[in-house]
Amino acid sequence: MSLDTPPLAPVVEALRAQFGPAILSQQETGEGFPVLWITPEASPGVHHFLRERVPQPFTLLADLWAVDETRRQHRPGPARGVTVQSHLISLERNADIRLKVACDADAPRARSVAQVFPAADWYEREAFDMFGVTFDGRASHRRILMPATWQGHPLRKDHYARATEQPPFRMTEEFFAAEEAANTIDPVALGLPVLKDGEELMQLNFGPHHPSTHGVFRIVLGLHGEEVIWAVPDIGYHHRGAEKMAERQTWHGFIPYTDRIDYLGGVMSELPYLMAVERMCGITVPARAQVIRVMLCEFYRIMNHLLFYGTMAQDVGQMSPVFYMFTDRERGYRVLEAITGARMHPAFFRIGGVAMDLPNGWDGLVRDFLDWMPPRLDDYRRMVMNSDLFRIRTVGVGAYDTETALKWGTTGPGLRATGMACDWRKLRPYSGYDQFEFDIPTGSRGDIYDRTDVREQEMRQSLRIIRQCLDNMPGGPVKADHPLTTPPDRAAMQHDIDTLIPHFLTMAQGTVVPRGEATGQIETHRGLAQYALISDGGTSSYRTRIRTPSFAHLQMLPHILPGMTVADVVAHIASLDFVMSDVDR
Amino acid sequence: MIILGTILTLVFSAVLIAALLVAAGVFTWVERRVLGFFQERLGPNRVGPFGFLQWVADTVKLITKEDAAPPGADLFAYRLAPVLASAPVLAGFGVIAFAPQMSVAALDMGLIFAMGMLALTVYGMVLGAWASRNRYAMLGGLRAGAQLLAYESFLGLSLMGVVLLTGSFNLGQIVAAQGDLWFVVQQPLGCLLFLIAGTAAAHRLPFDLQESEQDLVAGFMTEYSGMSFALFFLGEYLAILLVAALATTLFFGGWHGPWLPGPVWFGVKMGVIAFAFIWVRAALPRPRYDQLITFAWKAALPLALLNLLLTGALVVLGGQP
Repeated sequence: MSLDTPPLAPVVEALRAQFGPAILSQQETGEGFPVLWITPEASPGVHHFLRERVPQPFTLLADLWAVDETRRQHRPGPARGVTVQSHLISLERNADIRLKVACDADAPRARSVAQVFPAADWYEREAFDMFGVTFDGRASHRRILMPATWQGHPLRKDHYARATEQPPFRMTEEFFAAEEAANTIDPVALGLPVLKDGEELMQLNFGPHHPSTHGVFRIVLGLHGEEVIWAVPDIGYHHRGAEKMAERQTWHGFIPYTDRIDYLGGVMSELPYLMAVERMCGITVPARAQVIRVMLCEFYRIMNHLLFYGTMAQDVGQMSPVFYMFTDRERGYRVLEAITGARMHPAFFRIGGVAMDLPNGWDGLVRDFLDWMPPRLDDYRRMVMNSDLFRIRTVGVGAYDTETALKWGTTGPGLRATGMACDWRKLRPYSGYDQFEFDIPTGSRGDIYDRTDVREQEMRQSLRIIRQCLDNMPGGPVKADHPLTTPPDRAAMQHDIDTLIPHFLTMAQGTVVPRGEATGQIETHRGLAQYALISDGGTSSYRTRIRTPSFAHLQMLPHILPGMTVADVVAHIASLDFVMSDVDR
Repeated sequence: MIILGTILTLVFSAVLIAALLVAAGVFTWVERRVLGFFQERLGPNRVGPFGFLQWVADTVKLITKEDAAPPGADLFAYRLAPVLASAPVLAGFGVIAFAPQMSVAALDMGLIFAMGMLALTVYGMVLGAWASRNRYAMLGGLRAGAQLLAYESFLGLSLMGVVLLTGSFNLGQIVAAQGDLWFVVQQPLGCLLFLIAGTAAAHRLPFDLQESEQDLVAGFMTEYSGMSFALFFLGEYLAILLVAALATTLFFGGWHGPWLPGPVWFGVKMGVIAFAFIWVRAALPRPRYDQLITFAWKAALPLALLNLLLTGALVVLGGQP
C-alpha cells in the first residue's frame, strides 16, 4: 500500500533517547508509519528535533489537526479530550511520522510549533477555530474559516451540525453591522505598517468578488503606489464544513462530497478518501478498477490543467487561449460523461472499486481525445509559453526556492517548479501507478513561468498515462470480492443470498467499517491531498480530516507578494492554481 | 455664398457624426463576431441577420439602463468625465480628409488638432477615476495619466517624419503627397511606432492598462453604468477609428487607389487597420504597467528620434521641401 514507508525504528529510538518519558507511547495502527503520543510540553522540542537534528530530516509539515475524542468509544492510549495531531514527512527518506498530543476537553491547550514549522500557523488557527485549542507561544488566536463573530467551535462533538438543530436565523441590523465591522482589517492590530517613506499606504480590498481571485477569496493589500507592501489573505467564504458532514454521512454517502472538495478535480478527491477506507476494511481493489481509476484521475488532471493554463494566460491579459481550452475540455468531458455519466462531480468510485464497468466504445472516445490533444498543446506552446509578452510577465516573477516551498507546505507543481521532482505517484505509487511509464516535469527557477511550464508538460505525461491505460486495460471485475464492498456486485447480489444480505444492510444502514485509523495520500493536480480517517466501528466516520494542497499554498502569499505590483499579484495568484472550495472545505 | 458654405458644413458635420456613431456601433458588433471566430465560438448571432443588429439592441439597453452614481462621488465631474472621453474624438474627425476637399475643416494644423483631441480623452479618464471615489478606478486613472505621458512622447515624434517629407500639417495635403508612393514605404519605422502608440492612445490591448479587467476590475470606469459607461465605450471605439483614419491618412495613401472612389478606398483601408486592432487583441497578452512605460521611454522614444533624425538628414541631402 501507499504508506508502507521504510522502517523508522532508528528515528523513534533516537527520540526516546533524547526525550525519555516525554515520548509516552507508540500507537498500534494499521498505518505504515509510526504514530507517537508525546506530552504537550515536549511537542515543540520533538518537532524541532525531527526538523533539524535527525539525518534526512522531516522538512514538510503535511498537516496539523485536532480530534475531539469525547464521544469516541475506543480511545487509543492516552487520548482524553481533544487530541492535536501533526503529520511530518521526510521527502529524502520517503517516510512519515505522526505525533499526537492529548489535551483536556474543556480548555484544550497545546504548544505552538509555528516557530519550527511556519506552515503550522494556519493549521493552528484552524484547530483553534474548529476545536478551541489554544496554542502557547502564539501571539494571537484569530479564527480562520469561521467568521470572527462565530460562537462555539464547529467540529467539537457538542456543536450542532445542522441549521435545523438551531432556532430560526434572523438577520438583525445590529447583527449585520457587527458582521460588517468584523470584516474590516486593522493593519495596526496585525503589526503591519501604515506608512512608507512618510506616505500613507492605500488599503485595497481585493475580493472576495474580484474577477481574478479564482473564487471567493479575499486578500487585502497595502499599496504604496502600485507596489504591494503587505498582504493579508482572508479565507473561509467557501467553507461548508465538509469534515463535519463526513461525521453524519455513511462511509459510502460521503463519496459525492469529496468531489466537491476540489470541484475541478472530479473523481480525484474520491481516491485518497477511498484508499483510507479500503485500508481500514482490508479491501484490495481489482486491477481493472485500479486502471480505470488511474485513467479517470489523469483525465481530470488534464481538465484542471487546461483550465489553469487558459486562465493563467487570461490573467496576464491574453484573451483567446481560455476559449480554445474550453473547446478541449468539452471534448474531454464528452469522454468522461460517457464513462461516468457526469461531468464535474461524477461520484464514480466506490468502496472496493468503481461504480460500473466502462461502456461499449469507450476506447474509441479515449483514442479520439488522445489524438486531438497533442497538436493543440503544441499550438498553445507557441501561443502562450513562447510568447515574449507572456515571458516578460512571468519569468522571474513570484519566484521561491525549494526550501521556502517546503517551509510553507507547498506540494505539487508549485514544488516541482523549484526543481524538486516530488510526486506521490512516483514517491509512493498508489493504485498501480508504478506500472506506468511517465516522467515528472520539473522547473528550475520556481517562478510563474516554470509553474505554468510544469503543468503544461504534466498534461503531456497524463496523455501518456491514459494511452497506456487504453492499450493495457486489464479484464476482470471492477469491484472487489469483499463483504464490505459498497454496494456489492449487482450480478452476484441477484444470485446469492450471501451478497443480498450485505447489500441490504449496507444500503439501508451503511457500511460498518472496522474501527481504526487510516490515511490516504495522493498526488492531485494541485499537490498532496491527504485524508486521515478515524472509524469508531460505526456506519460513519468518527473524524475525517481533509488536508488539501490549496490551503497550504495560500498561506505563503503574505510572504511572497510584498514588492510585487497589483498586476503581478494577479499573475501570481493564478499560477498557484488553487480552488477556494479546496482551501475552505 | 458664405451662408451656403456654413449650411453645407453643418449638414456634412451632422452626417459625419451620425455615420461615425453608427460605425462605432457596427464596429463593436464586428469586433465581437470576429473575436468569436478567432476564439472558436460564434459571437453574437441572434439579433438580426448574422446578429448584425446586436449593436442596436446594446444601444437600446445602455440608454434605458439605470445610470447609477456611487455614494460619495463628485457628481459634476462624474457626469462630465464620459463626455470628455468621447466628444473630443468626434471633433478629431473634423480634420480628416476622406477625399480631396472632403473634410469638415481643412485646417493647416489639422494633424496637431487631431493629436490634441485624441490626447484630451485622458482627462475624461482621470477625472472619471477621481470622481468615482473608488480605489480600483483611482489606480486606473493614475495608470491612464502615466501611460499618456509615456506614449504621447513618441506618438507625435513618429509622425514628424511624414510632416518633414510633406512640409505640411494639413491632412489633405499629406494624402495628396502620397499619390505615387505611400509613406509607409518611406517611413516604415515611423508607421510601426505610430501604430504602437495609436494602440495605446486608443486604450486597446495590449496597452489597455487603465481598464485592465484582470487586476483593476474595469479600471477608471469601474463605477460607471448605463449611458455614462456607453460614452466611455463609444470614446474608445471612436478612438480606434480615429487612429485607423490617421494611419490611413499618414501612411497608407488616404483616398488614393484604383477603380473605386476615394472615400470608399479610405473606408476600406480604415477597416483593414481597425481589423488589425481586433486581431492584436485576440492574440497578445498584456505587459505590466511599468514594462510599458519603460518600453515607451527607453525604446520607442529613441527610435522615434532616430527616425526623425534620419528623415531630416535625407530631406536636407535630397533637397526636398
